Amino acid sequence: MSLRKFMEEALSEWMKGNGPDSDIVISSRIRLARNIRQHPFPMLSTNNQSQEVLDKALTVLEDGQLRNLCEFEALKLSEMSELEKKVLVEKHLISPNLADESRNGAVFLSDNEAVSIMVNEEDHLRIQCLYPGLQIQEAWELASRIDDVFESRLNYAFDEQRGYMTSCPTNVGTGIRASVMLHLPALVLTQQINRILSAITQVGLAVRGIYGEGSEAVGNLFQISNQITLGQSEEEIIDNLHKVVKQIIEHERAARERLMQESKTRIADRVYRSFGILSYAMVIDSKEAAQRLSDVRLGIDLGLIRETSANILNELMVMTQPGFLQQYAGAKLTPDERDIRRAEMIRQRMEPAEAAES
Amino acid sequence: MLCQECNKRQATLHFTKIVNGEKTEFHICETCARDKGEMIPGTPNGFSIHNLLSGLLEFDPPSGNPLSQSSQTVRCESCGLTYAQFSKLGRFGCSDCYNFFKERLDPMFRRIHGNTVHSGKIPKRSGGMIQHKREVEELKRELHRRIEEENFEEAASLRDRIRELERKIAAD
Repeated sequence: MSLRKFMEEALSEWMKGNGPDSDIVISSRIRLARNIRQHPFPMLSTNNQSQEVLDKALTVLEDGQLRNLCEFEALKLSEMSELEKKVLVEKHLISPNLADESRNGAVFLSDNEAVSIMVNEEDHLRIQCLYPGLQIQEAWELASRIDDVFESRLNYAFDEQRGYMTSCPTNVGTGIRASVMLHLPALVLTQQINRILSAITQVGLAVRGIYGEGSEAVGNLFQISNQITLGQSEEEIIDNLHKVVKQIIEHERAARERLMQESKTRIADRVYRSFGILSYAMVIDSKEAAQRLSDVRLGIDLGLIRETSANILNELMVMTQPGFLQQYAGAKLTPDERDIRRAEMIRQRMEPAEAAES
Repeated sequence: MLCQECNKRQATLHFTKIVNGEKTEFHICETCARDKGEMIPGTPNGFSIHNLLSGLLEFDPPSGNPLSQSSQTVRCESCGLTYAQFSKLGRFGCSDCYNFFKERLDPMFRRIHGNTVHSGKIPKRSGGMIQHKREVEELKRELHRRIEEENFEEAASLRDRIRELERKIAAD
């Protein structure tokens, strides 16, 4: 299969990268945690109990009301290969926890992959909407409508005082996790990032790397999300995150301008070097690839590089992950083989003809 | 800085949690982290939020105090999870745990969220009853005012509205 065709089929809507402020905001995500009354949470469920939860979720899916919002496909984790699961994790459509540890775990995926509903993860239902660019409000509205459909058919575990009851006390109340993924190369280069990130944690928000809890920030990508779920309404949580993100965007834009005014040659040198390496390297590890891709993306945003389309970062950050590379190769690969395949995939994507086609 | 657990070795793992400006810090050495079955961050199964939470949940008074006994025996009658297990796992077993552990949850929620009461979305169907109940209370107060004002015409229509809502609540 040609790379272009493989990529087109593999890309989720959010990786195509069209949305407000998409020069800096890669994606916006809403996740709602919901549970069904009188069923133990998945952590304590027996096989039969988790099967019942899955059956209930499936009846909602078959009911048709959800189809008014999106077309869904139901996938059972037990019927998937390790590689297929890995690719879904890398695309942020399921969590590693659902892939590896769930009992009767399943995911309902919308056809454009903007919505994924996990069943029997830490909570019975985890409704997730993922949009390109800064569209937290849009993602919340869709998630809330999907939530309403499930609620019309299932008896939710809801308490007047505590709100939506969740397995982990950090999610109780609204059960919402709103997060935004940002590309902040200029703030990193100008060494302002730590000051800004520590300010963020002081307003009740958390910062993580691209693959969630405990992951390192690679490729200058940072994920910012709300920590507090109890005592604030969804609107307040989203508004708070939105305002903070808007400020970070302004800082990043100002830092980029300053870089262009004060050290244009140095920045140009940096991005062209990375462009050269990605265009010609034969072997590249994922960490270097992420840093070089971030440089090239910055070069595109600054108007220094015109041969490549801007969504190269969004696409290749995901597609050069181990699961994807192996799926493209159609075989299991050793880490050394992956570094070779990774370089090959990036070289192909960097060819000007590719950009012209897209 | 010395490890909080053993007070012998140098603490190399530092965790800071800040909620609404309230700061909680953990300092621990790698040996103690490993002894507790917790891995070093960056490796799979890294020191997770649940491990941190269990730190927040263990605020049992020193032994000898009658309360510390009961923490071992408080149990959710629906799923069987004890409060001690909950403290260790950092997760509830079912939605009824919220009820059985009720007395103990406020301090924890305050630490995590700075708050104890939900103020967001209310589900349409199950939550609709909550809204109806609130409306009935409001209408009853209004009804008393109208009766005192001897405005019987409006009082009658309020009474009908209350009956209608109460029928809905009863039907649930």
